[in-house]
Amino acid sequence: MAKPLKRADGPQSVPALLHRNAKEFANAPAYREKEYGIWQSWTWSQTRDEVEALALGFLELGLDEGDFVAVIGRNRPYLYWAMIAAEMAGAVPVPLYQDANAEEMAYVMGHCGARLAVVGDQEQVDKIIEVQDQLPDFERMIYLDPRGLRKYDHSKLDQYTAVQEMGRANREKHIAELEARQAKLNYDSTGVMLYTSGTTGKPKGVVLSNRNIIETAKSSSEFDNLKRTDEILAYLPMAWVGDFIFSVGQALWTGFCTNCPESADTMHVDLREIGPTYYFAPPRVFETQLTSVMIRMEDASRFKKWLFDTFMAHARKVGPAILDGKKVSFMDRAKYALGELMIYGPLKNTLGFSRVRVGYTAGEAIGPEIFDFYRSLGINLKQLYGQTEATVFITAQPDGEVRSDTVGVTCPGVELKIADNGEVFYRSPGVFVEYYKNPESTADTKDAEGWVATGDAGFIEESSGHLRIIDRAKDVGQMADGRLFAPKYVENKLKFFPNILEAVVFGNQRTECTAFINIDLTAVGNWAERNNIGYASYQELARHPQVMDTIQSHVEEVNRSVAEDEMLSGCQVHRFVVLHKELDADDGELTRTRKVRRKIIEEKYADIITALYDGSKQVSTETEVTYEDGRKGSIKATLEIREAAVQPTSHQMAAE
Amino acid sequence: MERDSVKDQADSYVTDDGRTIGPTVMEMKNITLRFGGVEAIKDISFDIREGEIRAIIGPNGAGKSSMLNVISGFYVPQEGEVWYKGARRPPMKPYQVAQQGIARTFQNIALFEGMSVLDNVMTGRLTQMKSGLLAQSLWKGKAEREEIENREIAEKVIDFLEIQAIRKTPVARLPYGLKKRVELARALAAEPTILLLDEPMAGMNVEEKEDMSRFILDVNDEFGTTIALIEHDMGVVMDLSDRVVVMDYGRKIGDGSPDEVRNNQEVIDAYLGMAHD
Repeated sequence: MAKPLKRADGPQSVPALLHRNAKEFANAPAYREKEYGIWQSWTWSQTRDEVEALALGFLELGLDEGDFVAVIGRNRPYLYWAMIAAEMAGAVPVPLYQDANAEEMAYVMGHCGARLAVVGDQEQVDKIIEVQDQLPDFERMIYLDPRGLRKYDHSKLDQYTAVQEMGRANREKHIAELEARQAKLNYDSTGVMLYTSGTTGKPKGVVLSNRNIIETAKSSSEFDNLKRTDEILAYLPMAWVGDFIFSVGQALWTGFCTNCPESADTMHVDLREIGPTYYFAPPRVFETQLTSVMIRMEDASRFKKWLFDTFMAHARKVGPAILDGKKVSFMDRAKYALGELMIYGPLKNTLGFSRVRVGYTAGEAIGPEIFDFYRSLGINLKQLYGQTEATVFITAQPDGEVRSDTVGVTCPGVELKIADNGEVFYRSPGVFVEYYKNPESTADTKDAEGWVATGDAGFIEESSGHLRIIDRAKDVGQMADGRLFAPKYVENKLKFFPNILEAVVFGNQRTECTAFINIDLTAVGNWAERNNIGYASYQELARHPQVMDTIQSHVEEVNRSVAEDEMLSGCQVHRFVVLHKELDADDGELTRTRKVRRKIIEEKYADIITALYDGSKQVSTETEVTYEDGRKGSIKATLEIREAAVQPTSHQMAAE
Repeated sequence: MERDSVKDQADSYVTDDGRTIGPTVMEMKNITLRFGGVEAIKDISFDIREGEIRAIIGPNGAGKSSMLNVISGFYVPQEGEVWYKGARRPPMKPYQVAQQGIARTFQNIALFEGMSVLDNVMTGRLTQMKSGLLAQSLWKGKAEREEIENREIAEKVIDFLEIQAIRKTPVARLPYGLKKRVELARALAAEPTILLLDEPMAGMNVEEKEDMSRFILDVNDEFGTTIALIEHDMGVVMDLSDRVVVMDYGRKIGDGSPDEVRNNQEVIDAYLGMAHD
């Protein structure tokens, strides 16, 4: 073990943490990346040298204190280093979503006035070249992968290694300045700026100080007892606050190793090879994995299928209890151990979860079946609730108190209060400094005493003290008859069915609720294959009568479950359509983190919504779509409107 | 375009997009190929220059694949000479041609279906391996070193063609478009001077064609590999290639830049199906 870390007078900035690690854990692995089929790794002292060389290169390129450096690309050690190097040089790193289109990029880079950009490959270089005329402050670009860039005009373009070389060559010239700049960094200086994807309006730049980053990393690492020997796989977007806190904040604080996959497609193979001990994924990832396991089990031999079903049923019964350390009979334990040997162990290994000690999911509600599936296997999957403005952590579930319908208790140092309208407010050391160049929004979100509005409606459960989130506060509305309208609550229930990928529920200020449904092409496609149903496209499969029947039965099941909750029984879905295209971030229908943008969807599909309420049996529509390369096209379709059976509610009965 | 008029004289020239095209690396002189009484190729001459993308096009049965097979050494022409790197090439076996730095892909994919993608790509390195059978079976010393060196080259190609995710997947399980890419990978692994592509886009959808086009351009650009390709899709050919040879009924009916060829009356007739008299 390392020496006990000092508290109050510990490192005051991200670069200071790096220096500490380079000294104390010098030869322990810090970052790993798979390249050319082999895991390449860098120790903490090598990382420090690489980062310092780049920071010196930045100085040689004329980077000043307070400048902004955009970082764009898939998760790679080099890009994490670029963020730390920027801070070393007194600048502010701004990671951007790599799948953002050129205009989105232009907005963010223009808003912060980035002078330098460190990018992954030709794709990102092309995007910036496309918009650089709109960016008066922008000067130079540094790229990692030289492929396809050899013939580009290099007057504003440098290769990453060349900048590091430049830094090493001019070490004497700049080292004193670099050290002086680092010495000036403290708890109040800016550590990173992250743009929130924002379900409404333009993205806002959330300024996080070193205090936010280090205090949060410290308390959350202690909460879950993270160790130096832990391993994580960094595969979520670098622009997302969670990735920054896990792969930079907590990684530097505890000194664990961050592993980067070879490419986006190899994620699952790399996950297996690394076997992370600390793992984070949005519900969608767990959902996809479960779907693919189930699909593959359908194809397994009858004996294997029987074995799987039998032991999984047992796991569902006693697995979570064993994980929580509750009392379980000896026979059940013995059977579970046998299952571990035959089913659970190999399955966890296939999924890459053999070594997971702490696993988190957040961002969206997770289906109870999905959640229980992983927990019953003995994977310590928990939920947390957080946002960029809080430097992630607001509440999290402690070991032994895990449930699918809560988001846990307040994290160390966090205070919570619920406003009269149900909105959740919090105050913590992680509370962001400000929205960059946007004092009005800052004032709207954070009051003088430091309380921040989450925008989510929820309540604290009295029996357990856990927080439960119902919906986005602004989405919670009223039906025409005054009953509560919580669309997300219903949508989540719909999305828990593997066949349904996305759902959007309407009904604010109306008498009845209706819904748009997106089918999950993997799950439904597999079903179609097994039932010899031919289809050529998403669109064709989506309007197949049998698919419509299945979706209808799902909707009716959700209605039954919604009706049980007296407060929300008005939200039953009376009519629905299965959309002819998948909702897509490129079309602006979802955010980059795949959250539904209601306003835009309501405007874009106004014709379909009208048809849902005027009693039509079908509706013809034409929709513009944007392809990945930015070209536009359109899809025409005639959609069938289905009625779903609803349960009588106490409200209606009273009215009658 | 003006560059076309000067390029025949100059040793090397620079294209509009900044690539350097060098002197002639391969020359076909008056090639005639017969199968019994059928003349598949009739007295055809053309050259391939270093670093260029050279296309051979023509309707079905024009003799394009036969021409490619002559270049790769699979067919020995009855008349004519093949000049490679400034010397006349004697008739030789295809593996000898491969050793000289000419690699190819096939119209009907010819991969080892049961082997993984990596193993298939590694077979592209076979002509470069020097250790003997015994050393390879024992896998000690030189054989081991050689394997590591060759694996490194194979891995770079895998990275270049973005097929890391299917490295360990048996080829039989892959969709058609990916198989084509694996074939390209195997050919590239041989680090060829000239890469012969026999209908690289056949049977692909638009997206796959775009991907493949980008890879072909990238290969040419990054490694400076000379590429000779046969292709049906006129749009693709015109976009990709520097110069085009047009064949019809075993004869050469056109040769020049895509623009020149496009405006050549004989070529238009051949493609629009003019009656042959």
